[in-house]
Amino acid sequence: MATTTTVPGASPISGSRSLLSRLREGDEIARLITFLFAASVVVVTLLLVFELWQGSALPRHKFGFNFFVTRVWDPIFDQFGALPFIYGTLVTAGVALFLAVPLGIGAAIFLAELAPARVSDTLEFFIDLLAAVPSVIYGLLGVFIVVPLMREYIQPGLKNSLGFLPFFTGPAYGLGFLTAGIVLAIMVIPYIISVSREVLLSVPRDQREAALSLGSTRWEATWKVVVPFARTGIMGSIFLALARSLGETMAVTMVIGNTPTISASLFSPGDSIASVIANQFTEATGDLYLQSLIELGLVLFLLTFILNGLARLLIVATSQRGSGMGQA
Amino acid sequence: MKKIAGLLVAGLVLAAGVWAQGALLINGAGATFPYPIYSKWFDEYHKLHEAIQINYQSVGSGAGIKQVTEGTVDFGASDGPMNDEQLKAFQDKHGFAILHFPTVLGAAVPTYNIPGVTAALNFTPEALAGIFLGRVTKWNDAAIAGANKGVSLPANDIVVVHRSDGSGTTYIWTDYLAKVSEDWKNKVGKGTSVNWPVGLGGKGNEGVTGLIKQTPNSIGYVELIYAAQNNIAYGSVKNSSGNFVKADLAGVSAAASGSVKDMPEDFRVSITNAPGKTAYPISSFTWLLVPSKFSDAGKRDATKDFLKWMMADGQSYAEQLSYAKLPKEVVAKEIKAIDGIQ
Repeated sequence: MATTTTVPGASPISGSRSLLSRLREGDEIARLITFLFAASVVVVTLLLVFELWQGSALPRHKFGFNFFVTRVWDPIFDQFGALPFIYGTLVTAGVALFLAVPLGIGAAIFLAELAPARVSDTLEFFIDLLAAVPSVIYGLLGVFIVVPLMREYIQPGLKNSLGFLPFFTGPAYGLGFLTAGIVLAIMVIPYIISVSREVLLSVPRDQREAALSLGSTRWEATWKVVVPFARTGIMGSIFLALARSLGETMAVTMVIGNTPTISASLFSPGDSIASVIANQFTEATGDLYLQSLIELGLVLFLLTFILNGLARLLIVATSQRGSGMGQA
Repeated sequence: MKKIAGLLVAGLVLAAGVWAQGALLINGAGATFPYPIYSKWFDEYHKLHEAIQINYQSVGSGAGIKQVTEGTVDFGASDGPMNDEQLKAFQDKHGFAILHFPTVLGAAVPTYNIPGVTAALNFTPEALAGIFLGRVTKWNDAAIAGANKGVSLPANDIVVVHRSDGSGTTYIWTDYLAKVSEDWKNKVGKGTSVNWPVGLGGKGNEGVTGLIKQTPNSIGYVELIYAAQNNIAYGSVKNSSGNFVKADLAGVSAAASGSVKDMPEDFRVSITNAPGKTAYPISSFTWLLVPSKFSDAGKRDATKDFLKWMMADGQSYAEQLSYAKLPKEVVAKEIKAIDGIQ
């Protein structure tokens, strides 16, 4: 309490009036309450990290850094390594973004710039609806539609055409990294479209008009002026999609095959961090086993943290370079 | 709106009233596999004894063992017996032992999907261990074909499907494989989840079944109850007497009877690959984990009474819910053990 009463003192406007009158007017109360709300985010994050750190003491001491590079996950012989799960998480998220980013941004450009407002608003309604579909539904979609399609058509097709690449080899089970990536892509596209469209729509009119008046075509104005202007926001939508892909549990579990493997082939069944925690947490007997799962949670947290940090850096780097290019 | 609020308040008052009347609340947690029959039992028992309310959360065997050890519930339940380390942990914490009481039996059955093959297949222990170790890789391998004369098996690659979530069914399955295969025992071992040498993982019985139905040339295992209730075809397994037995409730009970002779005092016994001509070899008990001492006499008496009721009248609910009943010999032995609870 002592700290919160000193904070408003710094504000020059309220400095002259007495604390009581400021309280009566409600400014201080509002300030205090909203401050507490904002602080709760930090507190929850810190508690989460603290809890994960505390809860994973055994494996941290026993395996140390080896936890990150061990490929074995064997609850019976107490060998736990996170590498296959980290790999699976990154690969599925990578595939998802590879597919979802061009599709999502393309769709957003159409909706914001090219489509009639009526079409755009109607479609936006459906996109928001898609974004709200629970992930288990996407999992079912994956199991009943994507997996058979993959096994019968897409995987054999890829094998016949691009089979010389290491990514498309091995037996076609229908499940695996590629399938999980595709289902994730379907899940995150609505996020990318929805956020990117909003950002594109908020680009000031005069930007567009200036480009058009300089003689550029509509597409040139969109691609060379509007999209670069909205770049930071579009990046934001991609990071939202990335975060969702990294942490998605249910839908991934249903289609990834749940086998901790590291394989260059995207046809191979794999496993992800979120999915192995969901699968094994309830029946994890033994402290080391349970705590290793908690450490996996910590790893996922770190992974998200690092990728988000890199993303911020990327934004900063490209926006500086971007503005330079815009002037050239 | 007011009416609804009024109803809500009335409901709350009523609930509080029932609670205040001093209904004795006993809490348990653990295995999901016996949950249907446990909830039936607790419900029926409550009808007979209005004053006693037993709550059960089906949170999984591992969590059941953990919670009863920590003392957050009055009893636990598990599909696999607690190991020595866990028993010691309980003893160290509480100063007295925890007891195992078998309640009903379950089994795991091999189910498969081979296009063109409709006959029920026979599996030898060697074939099952070979398939799940990844050594028997084709359906027409001699290890499988030898036990299925007259069935034309394709030369296709076998796709193995197992549970991805920790599960009592996996415990039974791997316990069996560890018994019949030295290699399995040394390389994989038994547990609610293991490091599978080959295969795809499906979540839950429904996940495994779904994968098998969709994937040609696949094989996996599911709970007998699940297979029975969903009309899933499954194969026979060769038991220790050399007979191929297709799992049913009688065969599972027979496995329990066959192992009564070797039943240890604490009931922590595996009955996979049990002796007996009709015994189904991939069967197992499921256990309630009850502390041997209660500080609350009311809870103690109620728990003892419930356990005895479960051994007698309770067993009659087993078969309608597709669980195999305890054999008489086991019941007699357990009644004695129940009397020992202090």
